[in-house]
Amino acid sequence: MKYLDEYRDGRVAAKIVAEIRRVTTRPWTLMEVCGGQTHSIVKHGIDRLLPAELELVHGPGCPVCVTPLEQIDKAHAIARTPGVIFTSFGDMLRVPGSQTDLLRLKSAGADVRIVYAPLDAVRIAQDNPGREVVFFAIGFETTAPANALAVTRARALGVDNFSMLVSHVLVPPAITAILQTPGNRVQGFLGPGHVCTVMGYREYEAIARHYRVPIVVTGFEPVDLLDGVLRTVRQLEAGEASIDNQYSRVVDRDGNAGAQRLIWSAFEVCDRKWRGVGTIPKSGLRLRYELHDYDAERRFEVGALETREPAECISGQILRGLKKPHDCPAFGTRCTPASPLGATMVSAEGACAAYYAYGRHREAAAP
Amino acid sequence: MCLAIPGRVLEIFADRGLRMGRADFGGTVRKVCLEHLPEAGIGDYVLVHVGFALSKVDPEEAERTYRFLEDLDQLGELQAPEAEP
Repeated sequence: MKYLDEYRDGRVAAKIVAEIRRVTTRPWTLMEVCGGQTHSIVKHGIDRLLPAELELVHGPGCPVCVTPLEQIDKAHAIARTPGVIFTSFGDMLRVPGSQTDLLRLKSAGADVRIVYAPLDAVRIAQDNPGREVVFFAIGFETTAPANALAVTRARALGVDNFSMLVSHVLVPPAITAILQTPGNRVQGFLGPGHVCTVMGYREYEAIARHYRVPIVVTGFEPVDLLDGVLRTVRQLEAGEASIDNQYSRVVDRDGNAGAQRLIWSAFEVCDRKWRGVGTIPKSGLRLRYELHDYDAERRFEVGALETREPAECISGQILRGLKKPHDCPAFGTRCTPASPLGATMVSAEGACAAYYAYGRHREAAAP
Repeated sequence: MCLAIPGRVLEIFADRGLRMGRADFGGTVRKVCLEHLPEAGIGDYVLVHVGFALSKVDPEEAERTYRFLEDLDQLGELQAPEAEP
């Protein structure tokens, strides 16, 4: 496919690796922010192509992973409600709450449906006027415009049997939280390319300046990721700390102004709890006051929920780059994608699940 | 989750006031919302996430980045310290 295949070219990748080796003189720790980047790095073994001085730690950019247990349990309580059609992106279906997951609820008779686009959930509501249709609106800034479109469209078309359970998260407050963590090891960031197609990278300029840390907006293909590493290392070696844009074919400084207006027409900033990490101030989005009628948390009384999270899980430290999957004694044994203990194992974009999917748990066990 | 892929716009139409279209993703054709990408026309490549076109792919920027990376080893040779005679 055009604009994908050429960024998977092994010949070009080898040239970048050679250049990274040439410019690296000291040890550096870099974090890729986005879960899609983590997945691509582990899948293509990009971390293993790098010189020993460079370590990649994996960031919190997996919205499925960080959706708090309370919201997942609420989703399950709503999906169980008679008459409800519960719609969700496919990634959420296997994510365990305190008691069950959406896939198990579906096989037990709940009407749970996967949608590709949030607008499809509005269409399902139009086609089923006698039923309540709820959409589980999760994601980062990348997904926020599409989710905002669904709820504003439902209101414009008078689709009153549609509502959303919102658990949106924002990237810049998470990066700031990582940089403020005692013992932080991250010295440079590969910035979230697709988040920046929407938001641009102005917000990241202040972070780079204030914390003296290079941030390179980076794409998702092997050549993009290696180029992002090269640009970050060049800055670190030169003692620079600024924003660079590796992903200029789709990202500019200002982002998509229309998509941003759409986000703010539906959502407002709120404090948000991140699974494994805890509450990060001003790190989430919730529905604006004018759209409260479409808020599933108001429409459905789910009562008090008691959440249970295994104490053994170290995903909070993994999500902040303090530890890696192999540092966890449960990784690949008591904790697997089929039976996850916590955030970073629940989605294919979580660091633990990516390591597991590409066989790295077996290497850990080998002598 | 933030997966977004480039597709070529095949068709643009209005759906009750919303600018929609169809785009080709390497042989798979899907419906795409183009409402917030007014500059995208038929034949353009757009980056799509959950049915929503986020950004137009800039062919010149794509070419420039790629050529630069392809030429890396030549640059490396130019920058390498000259061998002792």
